[in-house]
Amino acid sequence: MPRLAEDPMFTPATLRADRPQRENLTGDWRSLRPGIDASRCTGCLLCWKFCPEACVDASSRVPVIDFAYCKGCGICAAECPPKCIELAREAEEDACAKS
Amino acid sequence: MRKVLTGNQAAAWAAALASVDVVAAYPITPATQVCETLAELQASGHYKGRYVKVESEHSAMSALLGAASAGARTFTATSSQGLAYMHEMLHWVSGARLPIVMVDVNRALAAPWNLWSDQSDSLSQRDTGWLQFYCASNQEVLDTTLMAFKISERLRLPSMVIMDGFTLSHTYEPVDVPGAEEVARFLPPWREPSALDPKRPAAYGALALPKEFTRLRRRLENDMQRALETILEISSEFEEAFGRSYGLIEPYRVGDAEALLFCAGAAASTMQEAVDALRARGKAAGGVRLRVARPFPTYSVRALSRPGVPWAVVDRAFSPGSGGVFRQELEAALYPLSRHPSVRGYIAGLGGADVTVELLSEIWEDAVLDRKDSTEAWMEDAR
Amino acid sequence: MSETARAAKKSIPEPELMSAGHTACQGCAATLSMRYALKGLGSETILVIPACCWTVLAGASKRTSLSVPVLHAPFAGAAATACGVKHGLVSRGDDSTTVVAWAGDGGTFDIGLQSLSGAADRNEDILYVCYDNEAYMNTGIQRSGGTPRGAWTMTTPEGADRPKKDLDAIVEAHHPRYFATATPAFAEDLVRKFKKAREVKGFRFIRILSPCPPGWKYDPEATVRYSRLAVQTGLFPLYEVEDGNFRLNRALTPRRPVSEYLAGQGRYRGLSADSVARIQAEIDARCAGLEKR
Repeated sequence: MPRLAEDPMFTPATLRADRPQRENLTGDWRSLRPGIDASRCTGCLLCWKFCPEACVDASSRVPVIDFAYCKGCGICAAECPPKCIELAREAEEDACAKS
Repeated sequence: MRKVLTGNQAAAWAAALASVDVVAAYPITPATQVCETLAELQASGHYKGRYVKVESEHSAMSALLGAASAGARTFTATSSQGLAYMHEMLHWVSGARLPIVMVDVNRALAAPWNLWSDQSDSLSQRDTGWLQFYCASNQEVLDTTLMAFKISERLRLPSMVIMDGFTLSHTYEPVDVPGAEEVARFLPPWREPSALDPKRPAAYGALALPKEFTRLRRRLENDMQRALETILEISSEFEEAFGRSYGLIEPYRVGDAEALLFCAGAAASTMQEAVDALRARGKAAGGVRLRVARPFPTYSVRALSRPGVPWAVVDRAFSPGSGGVFRQELEAALYPLSRHPSVRGYIAGLGGADVTVELLSEIWEDAVLDRKDSTEAWMEDAR
Repeated sequence: MSETARAAKKSIPEPELMSAGHTACQGCAATLSMRYALKGLGSETILVIPACCWTVLAGASKRTSLSVPVLHAPFAGAAATACGVKHGLVSRGDDSTTVVAWAGDGGTFDIGLQSLSGAADRNEDILYVCYDNEAYMNTGIQRSGGTPRGAWTMTTPEGADRPKKDLDAIVEAHHPRYFATATPAFAEDLVRKFKKAREVKGFRFIRILSPCPPGWKYDPEATVRYSRLAVQTGLFPLYEVEDGNFRLNRALTPRRPVSEYLAGQGRYRGLSADSVARIQAEIDARCAGLEKR
């Protein structure tokens, strides 16, 4: 039976923030993939504002969704004023691929 | 400086002298006077820390969880139902490895309502990961509270300093109260390197997976076991500074004893009287006071144990369905000895019932017969 | 970038103190709430989180999704633990860090109410936030004191037969320095309220209505829509109270019929027309009261 090795003493139950939850790629939860139609995008950035994953990069004219994290909730598509975000059914095998 | 103090006042003085940063407390008989004395000491400038007058014992310990996590030295006092109400927090703060110090004034748990002393409140918290010190005098309450901060901070484990309700808490005794500088030399400020700090974001107490959880618990147990040594080290530092010495257990006339009384708390003073009285009648009586109950000083009691010399455990608390708590613990400690003596349990002093010299003498006389039946005896209140 | 883009982008601060990779359900408003709250509060913040969805969302084991310190605490003691943190920090000479108790409706309306009341009564220098998703969602949707009348939960299969506890009135009865309601659809309003709460000394309380797709039984994309409709129908008025001075943040008249808010939420599927009318009447009465306040 495996036994516990002697661990150093005095270790508090403190977890350091140096391993962020960012390592946890949630993109594979996604079944719907939002796609932004750049030609119709007005750059209003409501998709950035309302993203519960905080995974929309708003630094360029047309926002870029980080598909490593996007869970496909569809809020961006629902809230987009010009309705330029479409949800497409995700192919399972590339769900976690970065865009 | 010599003062005449109740046990409660001695506890409050110790907290003030220890330069506690945050007190959070809620009144309960018979510990209320600790809260009141701290308020007086704050008003008179002797206690310079903060005082949160919370709305419950659960919140008292929750507030100390917060304050100690932020790196503050913390203190509270409670009793009986109040201690029971803190129960989940007691587990939490030991798991979080916070060196909180609390005074518990022993009082029976209801129902029915009872205001008086027994050890059922503190002993029902024996599995919460707190060190437990049972005091037998008001001087010891003050001294142990001071030592408890140092022990707790070294081990990162919380301490419960326990005294008998009324017998100690409300009885005036002369107490040597050391000066603030002397105490500061013995007990330097606590510096917690991993205290909560916005400059160092971290999560404290987050969900741990089974492997990590087991390791953390293993460390807690290791440090609990190490505490026996640490308590003795700090006791000798204390003795060097203040001239008073305390052990894990306190044997009394045990050398040639034919049976040993075993108890904790103020009843141990009565036990010494009973031993003297029995000795005066030509009986080879001896007694052992248990001072530190968590961690249980297994090796210390084994060292005193001799084949054929029975132990008579006077239990002021019992676990319904399995009997006297200290009796069980002593049996467990002695059982691995190849020729272990018999351990006989006597339930006495529940809910403030008197533990008298006569009662203890009677118990000793029964135990020395070393009868081989294992039933625990229930003793009537002597009054 | 267009003018509207710049305006929208600047409507809430850019820095993110909540990271992606958290384990919230799709469309979770509790994460939007946290994201906006931290934008308002900034990094000089410590969170105390009792048992609630955020216990899990903040990260298990060696990971954390928050870039501020988090002290996890038992269910019943969020407020007391937060005051302890504040007192501990002050005793160490840190008087500026904002200490926030961040609890769900169960930890606020129910098991944490005593601790909350004590802290509010003592005017402790903390911000208490209740993100109210109107049931015990972390344990799988059981009724709490925050569950509205008529709502289905696992423990009210026929719909809750009691009205939602008026927690706001309870908290206001403690004379808090600052009280506000907020919801993620009005992100700018929410961020502004957290900025304001950060500047107030003494006890502050913010209740966030936090729609929950699995608990309310709607598609995750509708989270912001329900958050918005709750305000537009007058079911969740946005207001704040500073030292007793009440201010509506958004007019309650005209308002949309509550049926628009109830429709599409599976938890209200069993509501009769009479029940809807009763809910509408309750809203109308409350709004009339608030308009006169």
